[in-house]
Amino acid sequence: MAKVTLEFEKPIFELEQKVEEMRKYADNPDIAQEIEKIEKRVNQLQRSIFSGLTRWQKVQLARHPERPYTLDYINLMTTDFLELHGDRTFKDDKAIVAGFAKLDGHRVMMIGHQKGRDTKSNLYRNFGMPNPEGYRKALRLMKLAEKFKKPVITLLDTPGAFPGLEAEERGQAEAIARNLYEMSHLKVPIIVVIIGEGASGGALGIGVGDRILMLEYSWYSVISPESCSSILWRSWDYKEQAAEALQLTAPDLKKQGIIDEIVPEPLGGAQRDHAKAAAILKGQLLAELKHLSKIKIDKLIEKRIEKFSKMGEFSG
Amino acid sequence: MAWFRRSKENIAPATAKKEMPDGMWTKCDKCDEIIHKMELEQHMYTCPKCDRHFRIGSKEYFKILFDDGTFKEYDHKMRSVDPLKFKDTKRYRERIPDAIKKTGLYDAVRWGTGKMNERNVVIACMDFAFIGGSMGSVVGEKIGRAIDRGWKTKTPVIIVSSSGGARMMEGAYSLMQMAKTSAKLARLGDAGIPFISILTDPTTGGVTASYSMLGDVNLAEPGALIGFAGPRVIKQTIGKDLPPGFQRSEFLLEHGFVDMIVHRKEMKGTVSTLLSLMTQ
Ligand SMILES: [Zn+2]
Repeated sequence: MAKVTLEFEKPIFELEQKVEEMRKYADNPDIAQEIEKIEKRVNQLQRSIFSGLTRWQKVQLARHPERPYTLDYINLMTTDFLELHGDRTFKDDKAIVAGFAKLDGHRVMMIGHQKGRDTKSNLYRNFGMPNPEGYRKALRLMKLAEKFKKPVITLLDTPGAFPGLEAEERGQAEAIARNLYEMSHLKVPIIVVIIGEGASGGALGIGVGDRILMLEYSWYSVISPESCSSILWRSWDYKEQAAEALQLTAPDLKKQGIIDEIVPEPLGGAQRDHAKAAAILKGQLLAELKHLSKIKIDKLIEKRIEKFSKMGEFSG
Repeated sequence: MAWFRRSKENIAPATAKKEMPDGMWTKCDKCDEIIHKMELEQHMYTCPKCDRHFRIGSKEYFKILFDDGTFKEYDHKMRSVDPLKFKDTKRYRERIPDAIKKTGLYDAVRWGTGKMNERNVVIACMDFAFIGGSMGSVVGEKIGRAIDRGWKTKTPVIIVSSSGGARMMEGAYSLMQMAKTSAKLARLGDAGIPFISILTDPTTGGVTASYSMLGDVNLAEPGALIGFAGPRVIKQTIGKDLPPGFQRSEFLLEHGFVDMIVHRKEMKGTVSTLLSLMTQ
């Protein structure tokens, strides 16, 4: 696949390309020294660019087409993953994938939104936008996990629930609402990770849990910056301002008390090093599982309901 | 969750919009019948000729559902604090007082306790007139407290919805109100206490995708727009005109998402009968 470069990454890629060319002459000690110098500069540049990213730039990273998706994380973090299909009522929604897997010593139920990388796979995955049967498949498999006392890990990465005619006929709203209700008192630990795009109810539909983690360059909000721009500014041109106003990045949500932990990404973003991104996330998940497994389930559900009850700011 | 797109036409109740110059007469926007204010009130703000249900607010609905003189309101003055310092073409900090001034309400929901045909109930009712009935922290918190009251006092909970969805100006806080209200309903449900959801025109977005669809019984007023995505967005997605009656109460009944369509005049009686069947 052709490398995709975001506008703000360009100076980094230019230097990196220069280094690549120079490597041909690396036998020359002068050039080798020069390479070392430039590499240092690349690193510095990367640090400085990535420490000053705007919210909109982070949204772009969250949507980077080379970013690891749910199945990438599952493949890199777990063994014995068996994908299970269908909601037993209507069909199998390809925008949500799920199945049992082993995360080191833990047997878990993995559930996540799944995007495609090219036009064909995106059409197959409906761009990661689930229909009601996707949420119902997720719920069926959560119930299965509950039956066999296995923790649930959900990975959120969707531009939204599909706003289609048939989605309405089959009760998109009811499917999401039902999941919020059932996840609130599911009798096994649930860990939620926002790995890319967390757009509104479509994301939250598999997003209620005991611990909410968020990757460094992902976003999570009530609406996408584009839709927000089109509604409040009545134009598609204010997406940058909308992203700022919505405060939808991981540090924003941590400050708002909506997520528990920010999961760091490799320098330059998860798309640059899938294996490392997955290893960092896996480490965090193992620590969370260890901690959650010590809490009695009734207490855990009580704390889960309390956790969401506390979200919000008001006076009087 | 695009309440704002429609807000210009919808910000005021349909009754107010159609009022005649002297304010005593209203024209039905469905059948053109001219109706006197007194008659409209007698008919619970439905058209005596064609049964069109006009949009009403919590004040009118509380009067319809509670026995006279039994209603006690809680958290009346709870209001938004603009947690994100949100600014689009206008500051949210200014939108709130403007909406308060215009509607005489503090946010888009009110709740209280009282009697319904002599039975104790908790009722929360949304006001579409307040920023399109959008759900932010205040709506979520007040709905949550109403549910908690039902849970703690073992009293049935009734929520009357009308909303354009989640309130954008509170970002992820608004989104989380969906989880918050649903979590509290799960606790209510586990305690075996009934929850009746009444859906009125319009109920869309995050409110539909949380408590409105979670009734042990979902009742809808006739002809109400009920859905997840707004009709405009769906039309854009599919690039076709939507079939007549799409996302109306009758459509939801047909597809299995509401239990009954109930005329406003029969709402109180129907809910009372349901509760007596469910609890005794
Ligand atoms: Zn009429």
